[in-house]
Amino acid sequence: MGAIRLEKVKKTFGTLDVIPGVDLDINDGEFVVFVGPSGCGKSTLLRLIAGLEDVTDGKILINGTDVANEAPAKRGLSMVFQSYALYPHMTVYNNIAFGLKMAGESKEVIEEKVQSAAKILNLTDYLERRPGALSGGQRQRVAIGRAIVRNPAAFLFDEPLSNLDAALRVNMRLEITGLHQELKTTMIYVTHDQVEAMTMADKIVVLQAGRVEQVGKPMELYNNPTNKFVAGFIGSPKMNFLGGELAKKYDCHEIGIRPEHFAISTEKGEIPATVKIAEHLGAETYLHVEADGLGPMTVRATGEIPLGEHDKIFLTPEQDRIHRFDAQGLALAKS
Amino acid sequence: MSTRASTLTGRIMSAPSIIVLFLWMAVPLGMTIYFSFLRYNLLSPGMEEWIGTLNYEFFLTDPAFFASLTNTLLLVGSVLVITVVGGILLGLMLDQPIFGRGILRLLVIAPFFIMPTVNALVWKNLLMDPVSGMFAWIASLFGLPAIDWFTNAPLTSIIIMVSWQWLPFAVLILLTALQSLDRDQKEAAQMDGAGPVAIFFYITLPHLSRAITVVVLIETIFLLTVFAEIFVTTGGGPGLATTNIAFLVYTQALLQFDVGGASAGGIVAVILANIVAIFLIRLIGKNLDK
Repeated sequence: MGAIRLEKVKKTFGTLDVIPGVDLDINDGEFVVFVGPSGCGKSTLLRLIAGLEDVTDGKILINGTDVANEAPAKRGLSMVFQSYALYPHMTVYNNIAFGLKMAGESKEVIEEKVQSAAKILNLTDYLERRPGALSGGQRQRVAIGRAIVRNPAAFLFDEPLSNLDAALRVNMRLEITGLHQELKTTMIYVTHDQVEAMTMADKIVVLQAGRVEQVGKPMELYNNPTNKFVAGFIGSPKMNFLGGELAKKYDCHEIGIRPEHFAISTEKGEIPATVKIAEHLGAETYLHVEADGLGPMTVRATGEIPLGEHDKIFLTPEQDRIHRFDAQGLALAKS
Repeated sequence: MSTRASTLTGRIMSAPSIIVLFLWMAVPLGMTIYFSFLRYNLLSPGMEEWIGTLNYEFFLTDPAFFASLTNTLLLVGSVLVITVVGGILLGLMLDQPIFGRGILRLLVIAPFFIMPTVNALVWKNLLMDPVSGMFAWIASLFGLPAIDWFTNAPLTSIIIMVSWQWLPFAVLILLTALQSLDRDQKEAAQMDGAGPVAIFFYITLPHLSRAITVVVLIETIFLLTVFAEIFVTTGGGPGLATTNIAFLVYTQALLQFDVGGASAGGIVAVILANIVAIFLIRLIGKNLDK
């Protein structure tokens, strides 16, 4: 059980407002991802929830109780650190058992819980090793094991995959998602990688400069971003923002079109452009083009298309996929 | 250094320094060993003769030898305990963000830069003197009688002085080790419900084990040969109360002019130091392998 509610949570370092005031509801069993660029305050927000930083003002309610002034261990949360923070002089077994030992559990209970966590995470063969003798992925799993055994109200993950190589990251992503489906415990996951956010989250919280820009399901954020920042942050490659005459035609300050929402033609279309660089990936092709009078744009086409440098093409945006923004960068209703 | 030619070149290039170092060590050692088998007294020059192991027999059966061996071990052991425990506590304190930390750190390190002779004189004349010393003055403020440190607690006095001299070294090494402790580990332990005491014993102390090993090894090497502090303050006395092996060898050679006996004592000291070193490395040196 772990429903978490933030009420006007505020954090200042000296005179610097890192988090000017955040309200957020996290339901029991939800997988919530905090995503945003570096320095947006997402890790600070997580550390505030964990209790590793003191809140300047506001309430943090876990299952209805305000824990803003409680010690970290009293909040019943577990955290997985970016650096894993394993205890290097302890075996894997003792690393996982440490929290239980501190809680004063009996040897039998510890043994049972550690063994079952090790089984879930495929660590049974490594229990007597020290962290130094493990690979990055295994260390990650030990860190997760340490979090699981305490049977927390919620798991907190602080960029847990950023120290792993790309292939392993995809694997661990699936493992963490699988773990969430199995345990059904609330998870809060911090990342700067919007792909992780999109693939794992039930609910994404997009942060910028300590402010919540938008909260919603991944597809909600993808289809209906409330402002230009979210529109640009979610989705890869980035959304193309076009102003000028074209935007006037749609009666707004700027329009945004995702690279995948163009029809490409070599004969006719709305926007004439010249291919600068073509990236052929097999399953898809990214065209970096220079649109006449509009500047550089990125276009994504499925499959292989025989286009290369200097080819003239015509792009036609899918009309119902055009996002319109006003001068403040706020989204306008779709035309 | 992969080809045979480059290995050979490497050996030739490093040979001069190795030869010099070897001679530097081997010649004095060889001469000491040779002298230790001679009757060689500076008071009767020209009468040196081979007497076999007689010097060793005299040195090892001398009651002064056992007294000084005990003193040496007591001195080394006590100073090690005081500096390691004190070093950890001071290190922990200096690692906190306290007011005036920079100046405090400098003050704590300062004793290490004072030469042992000066250190001993300061303690002897300014602090521990029963008439004009500061400790006597402080005692008088409370109406207590002054303690004549070097008469009543001679070895303790030496231990205090040497500990004061070596504490900064321990603090320096342990503080750097403390600073390299990953903050995430402490936070993870906090999340795991460990209080400050548990964090110290389960996280901080194991992290320091390697640094403690270094402190113990290096200090032992130097503490086995403490001399200046004893020479300047007690002169090995009263009686034999503060005579350690190094000082005993000195009295043999330069007070009794018995070069043969002193050489035998020197060789015994070398052997003892090696026994201690082997023992220490066996005991705690494995910490360094991790």
